[in-house]
Formats: sequence, C-alpha cells, structure tokens
Amino acid sequence: MNRRNFIRISTLGAGGAMFGSIGFGNGKEPSLLDRLTGNVHPGESGYLRTPTYCEICFWKCAGWVYKNEQGEIWKIIGNENDPHCNGRLCPRGTGGVGMYYDQDRLKTPLIRTGAKGKQEFRRASWDEALDFVAKKLDFIGKKYGPETVALITHGSGGKLLTTLMKAYGSDSIAGPSYAQCKGPREVAFGLTFGTGLESPEPTDIRDTRCLVLIGSHLGENMHNSQVQEMADAIDRGAAIITVDPRFSTVASKSKFWLPIKPSTDIALLLAWMNVIINNGWYDKDYVEKYTTGFDKLKEYVQPFTPEWAYGITTLDPNMIRDTAKEMANASPAVIIHPGRHVTWYGDDTQRSRAIAILNALLGSWGRRGGFYLPELKEIPEYPHPPFPPVNKSWRDILGGQYPFAELPLANAIVDGSIPGNLKDFQYRGWIVNGSNLNMTMPDTRKTLEAIQQLELLVVIDTMPMEITGWADVILPECTYLERYDVLRNDHNREPVIALRMPATEPKYDTKPDWWIAKELATKMGLGKYFAWKTFEEFLDYKLKRMDSSLEEMKKIGVKKYERSSGDLYFSAENPPVFDTPSEKIELYSGQLEQAGFDPMPRYTPHEEPPEGFYRLIYGRTQSHTFSRTSNNPNLSAIMSENKVWVNPKVAANWQLKEGQEVWLKNQDGSTTDFPAKVRITERIRWDSVYIVHGFGHTGSLLTRAFGRGVSDSALITKVLLDPVMGGTGMRGNFVTFITENPGKEVKA
Amino acid sequence: MRFAMAIDTKKCVGCSDCVVACQTENNVPIGYCRDWVVEVNDGTYPQLEMEIRSERCNHCTNSPCVRCCPTGASHYDYGGTVLVTAHKCIGCGACIASCPYDARYTHPKGYVDKCTFCVHRVKDGLPPACVAVCPTKCLYFGDTDDPRSELSQVLKKRKFKRLIPEAGTNPNLYFLI
Repeated sequence: MNRRNFIRISTLGAGGAMFGSIGFGNGKEPSLLDRLTGNVHPGESGYLRTPTYCEICFWKCAGWVYKNEQGEIWKIIGNENDPHCNGRLCPRGTGGVGMYYDQDRLKTPLIRTGAKGKQEFRRASWDEALDFVAKKLDFIGKKYGPETVALITHGSGGKLLTTLMKAYGSDSIAGPSYAQCKGPREVAFGLTFGTGLESPEPTDIRDTRCLVLIGSHLGENMHNSQVQEMADAIDRGAAIITVDPRFSTVASKSKFWLPIKPSTDIALLLAWMNVIINNGWYDKDYVEKYTTGFDKLKEYVQPFTPEWAYGITTLDPNMIRDTAKEMANASPAVIIHPGRHVTWYGDDTQRSRAIAILNALLGSWGRRGGFYLPELKEIPEYPHPPFPPVNKSWRDILGGQYPFAELPLANAIVDGSIPGNLKDFQYRGWIVNGSNLNMTMPDTRKTLEAIQQLELLVVIDTMPMEITGWADVILPECTYLERYDVLRNDHNREPVIALRMPATEPKYDTKPDWWIAKELATKMGLGKYFAWKTFEEFLDYKLKRMDSSLEEMKKIGVKKYERSSGDLYFSAENPPVFDTPSEKIELYSGQLEQAGFDPMPRYTPHEEPPEGFYRLIYGRTQSHTFSRTSNNPNLSAIMSENKVWVNPKVAANWQLKEGQEVWLKNQDGSTTDFPAKVRITERIRWDSVYIVHGFGHTGSLLTRAFGRGVSDSALITKVLLDPVMGGTGMRGNFVTFITENPGKEVKA
Repeated sequence: MRFAMAIDTKKCVGCSDCVVACQTENNVPIGYCRDWVVEVNDGTYPQLEMEIRSERCNHCTNSPCVRCCPTGASHYDYGGTVLVTAHKCIGCGACIASCPYDARYTHPKGYVDKCTFCVHRVKDGLPPACVAVCPTKCLYFGDTDDPRSELSQVLKKRKFKRLIPEAGTNPNLYFLI
C-alpha cells in the first residue's frame, strides 16, 4: 500500500478560503494609503529601531524592533551579532508583534470579588492591588512564615520577583522548566561530567559529523541556533540518526530513522554501549585518561546485545549495529543529544545518564563536533543588603525526598499546598509569573485542588490565561516589547550579553515586572533591596562595570566578550576539569549508589497501553511556545488548533475519518474538554497517538484559542515521578477515542 | 536580469517563518498569506518519505495571470517579477482562476494581492523578507541571468524540480531535491 498525502500546513491557503473572497468587481477602491503604500515599503535602512531579546521562548534571541511611519511597532528582525539567532528569528520571534497587538491582553489590575474559581473580579488601581498583595503577604508571613509562599516563574521578569522573594524570606522559587522539563538531564550530566548542560546546550552541531536525536524533534522545537546549525550540518553531509516512534520532521532528514517502541530508549542505549565497547569502537585514550568505572560498565553491558534490545525496542539488530558504527566513525565529532524536555517515564535521570555515558565512551565531551566548553559573563550585582535567612528551605520542605534535585520543584510546591501531603508544612501562597500552571503542570485537576487551598494566589501575566481565573489578584504585565528587563546572559561559545529596552510605551494599564517587584518591595518595607531609582540606573550600574554602558547597548543590542577560560575544547593547554568526587567522568556513579540508586542505568519495562488505548505522545510545533502563544494573532493564523495524529490502521479499526472530531479519554477516565480533529497519518506508530502541547484552552477570554484543540495536561493524570530528582514523567498515559460528544461542560 | 528563487527541500523544516515574516514585512492581513508551506508524505510506516516546500508565486516567465488581466494591473516588472498594481486592479479574479499555483488572493480591500519577491527590499539591495529570516537558510534568491550569483551556483550543483511544468508557464521557483 502506498499512501500519498498532501497537506498545506501553515494557514488557510493563499485563497483566504476561510473568509471567502470578495466578489468579482465589487467596485471597492483601494484607499489612498493603500495606493501609496500598496505593495511598497521602504527597506530596512532609515528606520528607527530599538534592541530587544525575545520573550516568546527561553532561547531569548536578540533582535531589533522596527516601527513604521506612524510610529507603530511594525516588525522584529534578528540581531546579526547574536549567536542565539544570527540575525534570523524563528516564526514565533517574528510573530512576537502579535503579543503586543493582541486585543485580548490583560489591561488593568483586578481583584477577586467572588468565590475561588468564579470569574468575578473588579478593576483596581495599581496602588490598591499592590497594597492588597503586600498586606496579604505580611499576614501570611506573620501567621505561617514567609517560607510558605512560593514563586513559580518562567521568563525574564521573574528575576526581580526572585529578589523580592529572597528579601521576603522564601527560597521556594521554581520554574516548571526544571522538574517538568530539563531537570533529569541536568542531574545526569552533572553526576557524570560534573557539570550540567543549561541553555543553550553546548552541543557543537556546527562542527559535528554525526548528530543523534533521541525523542528530540529539533526543527519542530525551534531552538533557533541549534536548528540553524543542524541545517548547516545537513548541507555539510553530516549524518543524523533520529530515534522516535513518530516520523518527525528531522526523522525525514535523517540518514537513519529508528522507529522505536515508546518507553524503551534505555534498552537501545545499553545495546549501543554493548556494541561500541565489544567492538573496541570507543575512544580508548579518552576513556582511559578521563573516565572511571569502565571495567564495571563493560561487564555490566555484556547481556545487552542488539538481539536482546530487538525484543524490547522492535528495532532491527543490524540497524542498531550500523548506527553504532556510524557514531563511532564520527567520534569524537558526534553528539548524542541530551534533549530538552526529558521528563517521560520516571527513570529519566537514568536515561539521561545513559546518554551521558555514551557520549563519554565516544569521547565527545569537550571535543570539536561534540560538546564545546561554554563560557558565561559575570554580571556584577547591584548592591543590596544580605538576604534574611530562610526559616525552612525548599530542600528541608522536601524532607530528604529526591536527593539529587538541584532546584525547587514546581510539582512539589503543588503537592505541598494540599493539606496532609507533607507532615508539618503547607504552602499558603503562590506568586505565579508567566506560567500558566493549569496547562504547564501535569494533572490539571490536582493543580486546581492545590490552588483552592491557597490563601493568596497572585498572577502576573500578559494574557488572561486559565490560571488568572483562579487568582485573588491579577497584575497585568506589559509585553517584552514595552519594557526593560535584566540583561540576557547565557553561556555560549563566547560570553555574550543582550539588552531589552522598550520599543514603545506600555499599552493599557500594564507594567513591567521590575516595577511591580520594586513597588511591592517598597510597600512591604523591603525597599532597601531595590535601592536604584530607575531601571536604567540599575542596568547602567552593571554595564559600566562590564566595559560598556546603557548608551552603548542601546546602539548595539548585543555585546560579545573574549573568552577568559581558555580553548573551546580540551587541549594540552586546556586540560579538562571534572567536578565529580573522583575528578573524572563517572561511568559508574558512586554518588547514585550511595543514595541507593542504580550506579549504572538499568532498563525497566514500563506499563503498556491496555486494549483499545494508545500511548499519548505530545510535542512542540515551530510556530508556538507551550500554551502561551496559542492566542497570538500572527501565530494562531499559522496554527490555530492541534490535531490528534492517528495511524491509518488505528483509524480503520475505529472507522475514523480525516478531520473528524473526537474527544480523548485517558486510563483514569479523564476526558478532554473539547474535541480535536483527527489527522490520519503514517507518521505515527499504531500503538501511540500524538498531539502538539499547548492547545485546548478553556479560558473564554482568549478569543482565538478558546476551545481550539485539546489539552494534554488534562490527560496526564498519571505522573511517573523520578525518585532521583523529582521530575514528573508524563509519557505513561494512555488514551482512547470518544466519537460522540460526552457533553462536558466547560467552566470558563 | 531574471529574478528567481530556489527552495532547498532537504533543509526546510516547515516552520512557516517565511509566512510570518512576509506577513509583518508586507502588512498582509491576518488570515491571508502570500507564501505558505506544503508537506507531502509518501509510504507506509516505517518506510516513509516526506518533502516540505515553502511555496509562493512562481513569477512565471509566461504568466497566465498577466495574460488574462483585463486592466493591466498584473504586469511584468523589475527583474521579471510579476506584480499587481493595486489601484489598477478591479478585483475581477480572472488571475486567481488562471494561476496553476493558487498563489493569489483577494485582499479585504478589494484588490488582488500576492508575493512580490519583496521587490521594495530587493531594490534596496536586501533579500526578500522570507529569505532573510529563514532559520535553515533553505531559501536562495537571485538572478539566474548572472552565472556568478549564489542562486545560479546552487542550481548548477544541485538536482531540482519545478512545480506543474506541464502548465507551460515557465515558473521561476526551483525546488532543490
């Protein structure tokens, strides 16, 4: 059978079919403005531009905001000197203008008047709203202790709120970007090499000869510079090996696609180690010099032959051997990519350890074409008094669970807010910034249960996201195009900083986070931690001590510094330093062993879908970031809803038709609020279905996103916790189809 | 001078950045587009192939839209680009019907609109907005009459195809395969 299908992705087609075409010869004259500007715009030159870095995702590409003749924001173009984007923003960054123009934005501070969960608010002035928050925080601080208030944040604005929280006396400051995303790989690479990966990952794709992606759909997740380097690698003829149960975009560009049975990745990784060690294909010199535990590893992987793995992964043993050979031939210019969202099955630290070990065997860490040694610029602090001691730190609150967690866990904050979950502690208040927890955290029901226990929920956001409906106070933040923020400072091949400055005045009655944090601090008597008068002064103080100034940064946007830590790769002059107990790369982890965990990764079979159910696999698409862009006018025009990808065999069994609406129900009986359209495609295995994360908004104030598609968070009621670091594995959920409307009422 | 574009289907990830960049650069109304992305799948799991193409007006050398336009609004312009003069267009839609590539749409203001190869930028020495933004650098724009142009060089090195050649329009989009 040969199926050929053709779809026009990205929007409605040039015909604008959705709107119908305007009748023939309707005599409508183009306006004078259209005649004048019609199809003609002046070019880049001569336009006023202001520097920014993007806030649509965590890659934070630097760019320039251009205004038109009327002084309105027109377009955003990448900054050519920025290594995050090299002058080319991704669709979301380009569509960032939509975040500013979205008429559904939060427009004024709001204070709850009705019961929790009821959408009853009244408008308030900033002064009144902040007074309310300050008094409530003071009350909670006195009654329960400030450590019972948590900050959950994603994005640049959170930096000043973090200062506020520390000054107040809490260190429960969490980003879902850790325990719901990249935490396990950070811990695993830390245990193995002594250092985590952070962002952007120091993968040297630019010079690699072989890139191995395990469940990572690079190119669908637009991690800009990585995608750019991958495209260059394709041009250079580098081999890409993709392991994915779905025929991802990058799978279609790969030399090898391994259509693995979901949840069996560790078996494949062990088989690769077996082949590479037993054939002597590992980097012997590197392994001898820099690693410890090789003999134990060699003995351990003996049973894990490709034939053993075949029975588990369904992958042809010869393909396992061939791909191992491909990696070995490229060594050390080979990258087994650590991925980014890696909280899948609860043994994610161990899977990430297997990835780290494989990289070590192939000698790719610290080598050209493998992983480079990044460098970060140190930014001086604006002077402030020392923070008060914390009565009970997030780690104490965890009480010895998840011993290798390096950062607070957003899921532990949710759990710890529900009475009875912790012996002698309960969170009483949350400040949530730029993080729509209803859709970010697995198991929406549980998140709502926790929220209803809180004495205070403050939500700082630009959009009326679902979480705002549960807030006691809503503080409308202006968008990144209307504000200053802290300097962007991420590690890179060269240290580099970027400035964000307002391109225009904030629309509506909205404010930047730095202003909100400082005003709140002042009202709470913590003003001494925000001793600067203006944010310009705050930035200029730092920049002046970094061989620059605010004035200079406004002109250049991005500043690169020379490296001071030596070469980009290991060399005789730049010998490696491994911050592990043995000061070597730990193939065998004594630290894990001591804590009672497997010192070397073990394959554990995971639960499989029951009859009539399919594993729920979710992922990203290029034009959206999580649930935060679904209402962006420019980006929802590209993709306005997610579809359920169903293999044709499954569709035939269920007699599903292309485009038919279905509701999804999971193993615990949790059903989606809305239906999603079926996309029948060979690109997904018959034992799984796939949806893009971030759709199915229930917030009716999101006029473009409301009710479009389905939310995976409602279907992820089973969470596989990683005992090593507390990550929330979310790929152990199974769904079935409901073809008749289950009549679920959506409380908007 | 003959402007043309090559699209490297081996590199394109179908991100639609070309679509968004065109939209902001040219103030294309939301819900319409001058360029778009097509995904073609072939095969049965796991023997699969996929081709992704960023498509737009082919700026045909033998354009049916120019031929059929009753007012001369659709015309050949700078470097062979096919343009529409908005104030001469009566919105009759004959060009839309004649285009084998479905590259034109009626603007809500009543005239027909389509890709211009960003000729306003090209005249300033800048590449079209879609080419400038593309994260995978899969779009090449240039002059096929100039053998030294990057575009001519790429077309010399790589295998390519053109879409619906049987329509006889002599299109100027080259898809590298």
